[in-house]
Amino acid sequence: MIKLFLPLDSSAVAVGANGVAEALLAEAAAIGMEIKLVRTGSRGMHWLEPLLEVETAEGRVGYGPITPADITAIVAAGFNQAGDHPLYLGLVEDIPFFKDQDRQIFARCGRINPLSFEDYRKHHGLGGLEKAIKLDDAEICDHIMASGLRGRGGAAFPAGIKWNTVRGAEADQKYIVCNADEGDSGTFADRMIMEGDPFLLIEGMVIAGLAVGATKGFIYLRSEYPVARGILAQAIATAYKDGLLGVDVMGSGHAFDLELFMGAGAYICGEETSLLESLEGKRGQVRAKPPLPALQGLHGKPTLVHNVISLCAVPAILQKGGAWYKDIGVGRSAGTMPFQLAGNIKHGGLFEAPFGISLDDLINEYGGGTRSGRPVRVVQVGGPLGAYLPPKLFDTAMDYEAFQKIGAGVGHGGIVVFDDTVNLAAQAKYAFDFCAEESCGKCTPCRIGSVRGSEVMANIIAGENVVENIALVQDLCEVMEDGSLCAMGGMTPVPVISALEHFPDDFESMRGK
Amino acid sequence: MKGAVEILVRPFVGRTGGLIEALHALHARDGYIDAAAIPDIADVFNLSKAEVKGVVSFYVDFRRAPAGRHIIKICQAEACQAVGARALTNKSLKALEIALGDTTASGAVTIEPVYCLGLCASGPAAMVDGALRARLDADAFAAEIQRLEEGCV
Repeated sequence: MIKLFLPLDSSAVAVGANGVAEALLAEAAAIGMEIKLVRTGSRGMHWLEPLLEVETAEGRVGYGPITPADITAIVAAGFNQAGDHPLYLGLVEDIPFFKDQDRQIFARCGRINPLSFEDYRKHHGLGGLEKAIKLDDAEICDHIMASGLRGRGGAAFPAGIKWNTVRGAEADQKYIVCNADEGDSGTFADRMIMEGDPFLLIEGMVIAGLAVGATKGFIYLRSEYPVARGILAQAIATAYKDGLLGVDVMGSGHAFDLELFMGAGAYICGEETSLLESLEGKRGQVRAKPPLPALQGLHGKPTLVHNVISLCAVPAILQKGGAWYKDIGVGRSAGTMPFQLAGNIKHGGLFEAPFGISLDDLINEYGGGTRSGRPVRVVQVGGPLGAYLPPKLFDTAMDYEAFQKIGAGVGHGGIVVFDDTVNLAAQAKYAFDFCAEESCGKCTPCRIGSVRGSEVMANIIAGENVVENIALVQDLCEVMEDGSLCAMGGMTPVPVISALEHFPDDFESMRGK
Repeated sequence: MKGAVEILVRPFVGRTGGLIEALHALHARDGYIDAAAIPDIADVFNLSKAEVKGVVSFYVDFRRAPAGRHIIKICQAEACQAVGARALTNKSLKALEIALGDTTASGAVTIEPVYCLGLCASGPAAMVDGALRARLDADAFAAEIQRLEEGCV
């Protein structure tokens, strides 16, 4: 019996993994070979997907990127004896991109069957919850506070403060809401962990519920993630069946219910107050803060809203202690971050590392430069509201404070690479266009400013009054930054201003054209 | 008419986010939200028609008219732009002689923008009738959707 592993992650399915699985089963049946095929999450080496792994005495060896046409030869060679096959990668966990990571959150992702609760438990799952059950609510919050964990969705707010605020609020009902509306281009960490290790998220949410006194949770998932939807729905059903959810969580006497809620295609719903409006079945329009969602959130009740990765960091913090977590990373950027290498990159995928690794290491050493083979001209870090950074800043360490110093943000850890064919004036116009498309419309600087910004950028690109129009864009950006209700309008200037600052020639060269 | 809509959406009344869940269910059945259904939905949820219409119009998932038999969503966001999403989009649109967001005259194919499918290391990416696709070649993809238009698939 040969044991094989093939991802069911979107990044593998989108490049033909299901066809590979069918071909494998058909070929094995045809020659009478006994195989066991386990569908897993992804290892995060997306340039190798679909990545087929074969269990051997030394560990799992890989073949990738594999197509159904490759199957016959690999099966005929008896899998592990096919070392001379051109797609043979050797031991998967020895590939430098994988080996050099510090996988805390993604420790199981790609290794286990994400839908097997038994696999989850066998691979140290539930260790955090078992510990949490023995503690009181204040002690759980103490671990989160001591860990230095900061919100991974982009705002980097200290999680411990938020947990204690919700815990201290008096109410007949409190909620845990998981923000799985991962809309930033260049990010897919939430999607990967939900597809590859969904019980981790559920465990994190249950612990959060115990800590703050919430008995009900929601996962707000974007509708662009159909694979994650199917996996989460099955995982939640299994969690109820096996006692991780329900009236008596793992025999603790505490209740926790969890529902999956599907968004309906609105980037703004990644903003927490807009998400709460949407979760209440309304237009996803931003709320003014205060009141904070921690005090008046879903249905006006105290609500802990966290990004997927923040919640997935929780079980290990409880299991190993807040002090252990605080020692990973640098300064006030504690722990690991799943960085996502995206766009025009040779070795794209997910790279989990402690904060402090340099952009250059991620882009060039592990990422291998551009996929096109042309020089890297710019990267955008932190999604559509993140800064465009030139190579001279690539020695910047990936941590919250270092990024703030260069007028940028780590955001959700997405890094989008562009080669030298990119035009930054066009990207600046796109930033306004995206804001115009996705603005909730509640505040004027964002609703009108985005449209005006796009118009002025079009004029600059057409070469009309370039100097005056650049001044106008800068002025508009100041208004949007100071006057918008949330980060959508408030941070749309970040890509625009950084593009102008680092690549003025792309704007000024339009003059007289 | 009202009876059928009411039977479908009634179970969602009183649930957190019930209106959006009801609209998803109606959309899954019909492929769009018929304006004629809005008064009925409003009635069942005890909301104003304006409130229901406001929710329908806020979210791109809720179409207000039927789409083509095949729905192609091409990612327009930065990570895909960096690997040729603009060329992929333009070639696809040119092959069918339509603009982004439009449906061909035959009613066979709709091409829409989408902002991120989470396949940012494997772009350019798209969704074809709900199935994810990545590392797309512009010419091959344009030819593929042309075959969809011609009914060869």
